[in-house]
Amino acid sequence: MPAITPPPLPSDDKRWKIVNGTMRKNGFARHALIETLHTVQSSFGYLDDNAIRFVARSLRVPLSQAYGVATFYHYFSLKPPGRHTMTICTGTACYIKGNDKLVAQAEKRLGIAQGQTTKDGLISLTTARCVGACGRAPVVLCDGELNGQMTGDQMVAQLERWSAE
Amino acid sequence: MNSEELEQIAESVHRENAKFDHEINVCMGTGCLSQHSDKLKDALSQAVAGQGKSCFVRRTGCMGLCAAGPLVLVDPEETLYQHVKAENAATIAASLGGEPVKDLKCSLREHFDQQVHIVLENSGHIDPEKIDDYIARDGYKALVKALTEMTPAEVIQQITESGLRGRGGGGYPTGLKWSTVAKAVGDLKYVICNGDEGDPGAFMDRSVLESDPQRVLEGMIVAAYAVGASKGYVYVRAEYPLAVSRLTTGLREARRRGLLGNGICNTSFNFDVEIRLGAGAFVCGEETALIASIEGKRGTPKPRPPYPASSGLWGRPTLINNVETFANIAPIIRKGGKWFASIGSERSKGTKVFALTGKIANTGLVEVPMGIKLREIIEVIGGGVPGGHKFKAVQTGGPSGGCIPEHLLDIGVSYDALLKIGSIMGSGGMIVMDDTSCMVNVALYFMEFCMTESCGKCIPCRAGTAQMHTLLTRISNGTGTMDDLDLLEQLCSTVKEASLCGLGQTAPNPVLSTLKYFRHEYIEHIVHKRCPAGACAMKFAEEVTA
Repeated sequence: MPAITPPPLPSDDKRWKIVNGTMRKNGFARHALIETLHTVQSSFGYLDDNAIRFVARSLRVPLSQAYGVATFYHYFSLKPPGRHTMTICTGTACYIKGNDKLVAQAEKRLGIAQGQTTKDGLISLTTARCVGACGRAPVVLCDGELNGQMTGDQMVAQLERWSAE
Repeated sequence: MNSEELEQIAESVHRENAKFDHEINVCMGTGCLSQHSDKLKDALSQAVAGQGKSCFVRRTGCMGLCAAGPLVLVDPEETLYQHVKAENAATIAASLGGEPVKDLKCSLREHFDQQVHIVLENSGHIDPEKIDDYIARDGYKALVKALTEMTPAEVIQQITESGLRGRGGGGYPTGLKWSTVAKAVGDLKYVICNGDEGDPGAFMDRSVLESDPQRVLEGMIVAAYAVGASKGYVYVRAEYPLAVSRLTTGLREARRRGLLGNGICNTSFNFDVEIRLGAGAFVCGEETALIASIEGKRGTPKPRPPYPASSGLWGRPTLINNVETFANIAPIIRKGGKWFASIGSERSKGTKVFALTGKIANTGLVEVPMGIKLREIIEVIGGGVPGGHKFKAVQTGGPSGGCIPEHLLDIGVSYDALLKIGSIMGSGGMIVMDDTSCMVNVALYFMEFCMTESCGKCIPCRAGTAQMHTLLTRISNGTGTMDDLDLLEQLCSTVKEASLCGLGQTAPNPVLSTLKYFRHEYIEHIVHKRCPAGACAMKFAEEVTA
């Protein structure tokens, strides 16, 4: 197989080197696509067009396939997240314990729907399909930190704290 | 590594532990960690050192009773403390060697007495990031035995004899699967561990991976030896960061001890394992979709045959088993297939781990022998429905399962019995619902899940789940008609019969089972425009009163 020169890094942002590192570790194999997109998301917070293009070219994957993968999996986000993220678990145990009220309350407080970010870019509201802490339902993740047996008041208080920053 | 070396490691661990009069085990599973059990552990270490006690503080995996977390177990007294906070550290340290602290003591004997721990035997007793702790509890003895004393055929023979069936939900006989892959022709074969626990409301695999990762690895290595594979993958959900990090440490430790890599246990057997992260797609729990995902593609299933056993990952023969299935392998090899077959019911052997959640007092992880009555799990182990509410149904199998009403609680838990009453064993989620849950709403919840998780490849599932969702929405908000109900039932059978993979084939199960046992609730919504549980918002009623 002829040697392939990977495309140059999109910018001198150090995070691209981390992304490149994941691809190198996997020998720039096509099957490393999902692994690499994970690295992009953990480094940049989301996948933008630029990043998807760069990864697709580096791994010699058709752009359509890379975009297809990025949009197929819920874990990948194509929009930049807010400064803080509140994730409400919508697994079955949390549903039985009334998480729909939490979602409604948060949506009302922030004036956005789930999956959106407030206009000032401060808070993103997302839902997750079960984080596996069902014993502590209902569960809310505040910036990735797991909070069990969450009440509406506790959640709103957290949102207030973030807004006041 | 050979059996003498294993003995030496085990002895040195025992010697090290014997230096202390007491051991304090702090649960650091996801549930207890969310209540800062890491800080509690530091506080306990400081308190013990400050008071000059001869005591060792250990981080352990899940102890099961998540409802009472953070949990602390003091050995050798076997005193279990519940809801322990960092402030309590000094009190607990002071009580060592004397009377246990009364206020914190957890006295749920009946919760633990009915359980039989095989898969979870090390959970809560070992440090999940220390391979030597695992070895000290008979770890890797099964691997050494298999590699040095048994042929691959003999290993498969033991697994077949044990009657172990796939713990991911399908219940396919594990021995049969292994022998199919072993017989498949190919120079390169793969072993995949399915840790894509997508069923919302289930966390058995997460807990096993977090609490005892070496156990799963040992099962995979034995499997690889039995089927002749040289490469393995563990596919874990990205939503389980703790499980991923403990598994990563586990892999490193196993390589360091020469239990992974080339020439394992000084034989010519080579095998190594890599982790692959899922990315939030329920359908990837289906084996052909999971394989597509490891190949870096969209996780869409393929028609079977060919089965992965003959043509799986990159077209090679591939063995896929669930986390819990692999966790059962080591004890079977160590103690023999006959021993395992002596536990459980006639056609379902061994134990099953269930994630007991919902409206139940003792939420958490339980491991029970197959054949135990559902009523016993819910009323005795689970402690019943709290808050003076009345039990209504228990849901097993997640979006592929069904709701089981009270009058069927006396059946024994087994693959066949649950299938017969319209549910499935599933991976082990068990969600208890009381009289505040509306069965139409539950069916709607699961249908919404299946609709958004449908991969879109085949039409019955893609369009069928969306249509069923529309019908259920109408029924639940009081605008549905009896014709809608007929149409819903017809659609259920179409989607069930015509879908490509398990997701679509089982998507109607929550609807069918609630229709079977709680039809009156549907009728109530349609005819009387009211939700008996008060969970559904009635469009019609609101318009009338407004």
